[in-house]
Amino acid sequence: MLSSALRNLPVSSAWAAGAFARSFSCSSQFQASVQPKTKKTLGKTGVKNVVVVEGVRIPFLQSGTSYADLMPHDLARAALQGLLTRTNVPKDVVDYIVYGTVIQEVKTSNVAREAALGAGFSDKTPAHTVTMACISSNQAMTTGVGMIAAGQCDVVVAGGTMLTLNRAKSLGQKLSLISKIRPDYFTPELPAVAEFSTSETMGHSADRLAAAFGISRLEQDEYALRSHTLAKKAQDEGLLQDVVPFKVPGKDTVTKDNGIRPSSMEQMGKLKPAFVKPYGTVTAANSSFLTDGASAILIMSEEKALAMGYKPKAYLRDFVYVSQDPKDQLLLGPTYATPKVLEKAGLSLSDIDVFEFHEAFAGQILANLKAMDSDWFAQNYMGRKSKVGAPPLDKFNTWGGSLSLGHPFGATGCRLVITAAHRLKKEGGQYGLVAACAAGGQGHAMIVELYPQ
Amino acid sequence: MNEIWANEAVRSAVLISSKPGSFIAGADLNMLEACKTAQEVTQLSQDGQKMLEKIEHSPKPVVAAISGSCLGGGLEVAIACHYRVATKDKKTVLGTPEVLLGLLPGAGGTQRLPKMVGLPAAFDMMLTGRNIRADRAKKMGLVDQLVEPLGPGLKTPEARTIEYLEEVAISFARGLANKTVSAKRSRGFMQRLTDYAMALPFVRQQVYKTVESKVQKQTKGLYPAPLKIIEVVKTGLDQGNDAGYLIEAQSFGQLAVTKESKALMGLYHGQVHCKKNKFGTPQKEVKTLAVLGAGLMGAGIAQVSVDKGIKTILKDTTQKGLDRGQQQVYKGLNSKVKKKSLTSFERDSILSNMLGQLDYEGFEKADMVIEAVFEDINIKHKVLKEVEAVIPAHCIFASNTSALPISQIAAASKRPEKVIGMHYFSPVDKMQLLEIITTDKTSQDTAASAVAVGLKQGKVVIVVKDGPGFYTTRCLGPMLSEVVRVLQEGVDPKKVDAISTAFGFPVGAATLIDEVGVDVATHVAEDLGKAFGPRFGGGSIDLFKLMVQRGFLGRKAGKGFYVYQEGVKNRSVNSGMDEILEKFRVPANPDVCSDEDIQMRLVTRFVNEAAMCLQEGILSSPVEGDIGAVFGLGFPPCLGGPFRFADSFGARQLVDKLRKYEAVYGSQFTPCQLLLDHANSPGKKFHQ
Repeated sequence: MLSSALRNLPVSSAWAAGAFARSFSCSSQFQASVQPKTKKTLGKTGVKNVVVVEGVRIPFLQSGTSYADLMPHDLARAALQGLLTRTNVPKDVVDYIVYGTVIQEVKTSNVAREAALGAGFSDKTPAHTVTMACISSNQAMTTGVGMIAAGQCDVVVAGGTMLTLNRAKSLGQKLSLISKIRPDYFTPELPAVAEFSTSETMGHSADRLAAAFGISRLEQDEYALRSHTLAKKAQDEGLLQDVVPFKVPGKDTVTKDNGIRPSSMEQMGKLKPAFVKPYGTVTAANSSFLTDGASAILIMSEEKALAMGYKPKAYLRDFVYVSQDPKDQLLLGPTYATPKVLEKAGLSLSDIDVFEFHEAFAGQILANLKAMDSDWFAQNYMGRKSKVGAPPLDKFNTWGGSLSLGHPFGATGCRLVITAAHRLKKEGGQYGLVAACAAGGQGHAMIVELYPQ
Repeated sequence: MNEIWANEAVRSAVLISSKPGSFIAGADLNMLEACKTAQEVTQLSQDGQKMLEKIEHSPKPVVAAISGSCLGGGLEVAIACHYRVATKDKKTVLGTPEVLLGLLPGAGGTQRLPKMVGLPAAFDMMLTGRNIRADRAKKMGLVDQLVEPLGPGLKTPEARTIEYLEEVAISFARGLANKTVSAKRSRGFMQRLTDYAMALPFVRQQVYKTVESKVQKQTKGLYPAPLKIIEVVKTGLDQGNDAGYLIEAQSFGQLAVTKESKALMGLYHGQVHCKKNKFGTPQKEVKTLAVLGAGLMGAGIAQVSVDKGIKTILKDTTQKGLDRGQQQVYKGLNSKVKKKSLTSFERDSILSNMLGQLDYEGFEKADMVIEAVFEDINIKHKVLKEVEAVIPAHCIFASNTSALPISQIAAASKRPEKVIGMHYFSPVDKMQLLEIITTDKTSQDTAASAVAVGLKQGKVVIVVKDGPGFYTTRCLGPMLSEVVRVLQEGVDPKKVDAISTAFGFPVGAATLIDEVGVDVATHVAEDLGKAFGPRFGGGSIDLFKLMVQRGFLGRKAGKGFYVYQEGVKNRSVNSGMDEILEKFRVPANPDVCSDEDIQMRLVTRFVNEAAMCLQEGILSSPVEGDIGAVFGLGFPPCLGGPFRFADSFGARQLVDKLRKYEAVYGSQFTPCQLLLDHANSPGKKFHQ
């Protein structure tokens, strides 16, 4: 066992020693399990292994549909209840709850606490809310990882929620809504929050980014179509196991994401640009749409999970946060984060079996792929000697992405992680790389490692 | 262009500049200046008109892709095209600055612009010559589409942005050829209303009248170009295109040979000259600047430095003074936010680079210290010694003084080669001039560094030798002394102001004293009087002293020659001055007291002193003398500065005038040797 592991390690790598040492400290389960691949595992000496036990989300819906009458904590509550049902974790075992959200609802500003109480968690379990734009739930997860790794907690629930509140309250407001109904009223609304530092909306920045990397309208529409097609396929094949049904008060039970709409290139080609008018390339069809939804994930220290008899899905390994110019590089977070996290984990791009990138805009994804594949960009803007390389598309978001599944700002991070874990298992890989961009010119990446089967 | 029209495969065209940062920044001035007669210039104009007419009438649509400055002739080319796409960045500006050179848009601009943006906006553009940013131009209908500048991609932002501009422009050119894009602009209700009104002859007449009287009031009839512009536009609109183009070309020719135009073009060249660092690149770039004294000057210097990205320390001795200074900087930047030339975020991030403090903390990192403390040699020496104890070896010590000789200040220094004078003008964020003063000991690198900082601050820089009053203050001294004498002779302040503004000074001479501050003027007059003796005499300095005693310190005290009240525009003469003026009354000699004589008395003393500065080597060239006088002291721009004026008025005539006044008043009017030399050799000119 040891000799075979050593043979496969990079010669004279600093990681060799680490992996070697850990193979002693590793759980007996690992020793006994049969690995489909013989790549090293990424644990670190002296640092607790953190595992994902389970992750769920309620269906992601276009804003203003079935969740329209709810509040953000209601969605979070539903996700938490779904997690409880799935895992049967005793409520009093949970040491801490962290939730991510983007636009805080005033009455429930610590939405984590309100949702936890409502979901029936022990009132002795503290909860706090974090915010970091589109990577808020990533931040919630890594906050939990930090607490566990530091030995302060053993069981943490993390998640994220997002609900666009646009309910008309008075009769007058309701009437004024009617007057707004136009043929284009039913096309999905786009996230139009302007960056505070630059006053530029994200869609506008995405259009400029696509132009900067010379990405055509056609390429963007093609990519968006791919996302919807793959999402539809995954949905039909029942691969989106993270979705838990949600019985919405006063409405039917919601069981499926409702934003997946594989269209045709002709249909998409008819849309007018949404931000840079009249000649831009970013349209409603090649952008992620405004989405309501929530996710929840149960993470534990490896020992605790095993002691409780759980079979973890994945390890959460190295992660990084990056930030750059919020004007011209607003959405390039993945480009900056990917080489950094790979370096940290001692991996190269080719070691990654599964890529789960947040798709804010088709143009943004394609720009990131081009930037990652450019030595010029790496040298002039990232201070690196060479490019990291672009992920191969056959490993990239193969079950759809934010463009098709939807993107509730606060909740996407957990979806990326759990999808990466599920895909690793299904596709027989070992390492997944999760990456996302966020408003403010920030970004995040994390390595997810399949738990030995 | 002919190829485009001839080639059948070409269906439309895009006009774009291969030069980064500029579409076309106007016609070649040298070409104009090479012309000897008005007819030659008219011919140039007509050639331009014909070329642009061809573009305008091209059957194949032509799209102008504008990035960078699109001024003068450049704008005329752009508006002759069928469609305009412009980059929406700060460098992209459109405008018709011809009026600032005493000219008018001479390639069809006066005819096309009113039709494009409407009469009022066209007059505003052509008469002020102001630069219009791309977003504003879009609103006015001057450009049809904007392209946002791009960030980095697989090329530099600049290169890719130009490429993108071209791509977008091409898509519109195609659209125009296919008729999927219409060049017709949708005009707002107000615009249509204005257009309708302007189509009525009597409304137009009213507009002409209003604009004309406004121009008349502002230019005092000293500048021929604005009136010509009105006339040319009028002709075009009332009598049709042919008449319009004809008079445009003729007027362009006539204006180009006026002395006003020559003067203004001279200033333009001078400005370009004074935007270069003749000392070369300094060894060390100034990244951290410390300003001592947070008064009006100090805070102003801090403002123009910090907003150019220089890390700035603003130090004062009292919290109150520091607070006032910091507030001044904030207010200055915030006014830009209000005008939308800066975002509130940019303002905050600029201000994060400025430290306000009462001690010398962090001075060990300063590359340059500019002191703007009280004008007293003892205080300056004290500050210099304190500063030298804390600054690093390479740090430059610059003094912002208006009259104290720099060598005198440097006498207290351990390293006089690092000491230099940087004379700013108030208000620092508005006045363009910076007068840099070098002593015999100032090193070349110190000078290079000071000029580099000045240029970075956006200043027009002149470099002069040290001496009492340097150049600017020294020229102003005799003139102000003469103003006092005129007042003593019984001419009231309002009349003095009227006479001087009628000559082309932007601020009346009596008002100028109030603005400078009577106490400061007294101080400077005494110092210069001591240094130069009777030549600086004339008016009684005791008059100033009495004013100071009474608290009539000028604008800052609310009272000087005038009474200043917040919110009151038409200020009245300070009645408290009657008694003082009466007390110092001297008899007036009617031979030298006509309005014209009074003007000449003021100006000849100014010019004579300027010439003396050149003669003594204080000034290194007449160009810098002209720039300093116009941009620092408000010498009439239409005269182009004291040296340009001496050339155009004639040195001989100037000397004659001086002799005439010398006969009455004595040595204050004795012409200097340099002027005499010029008077004696008729071909000799300051500007060749």
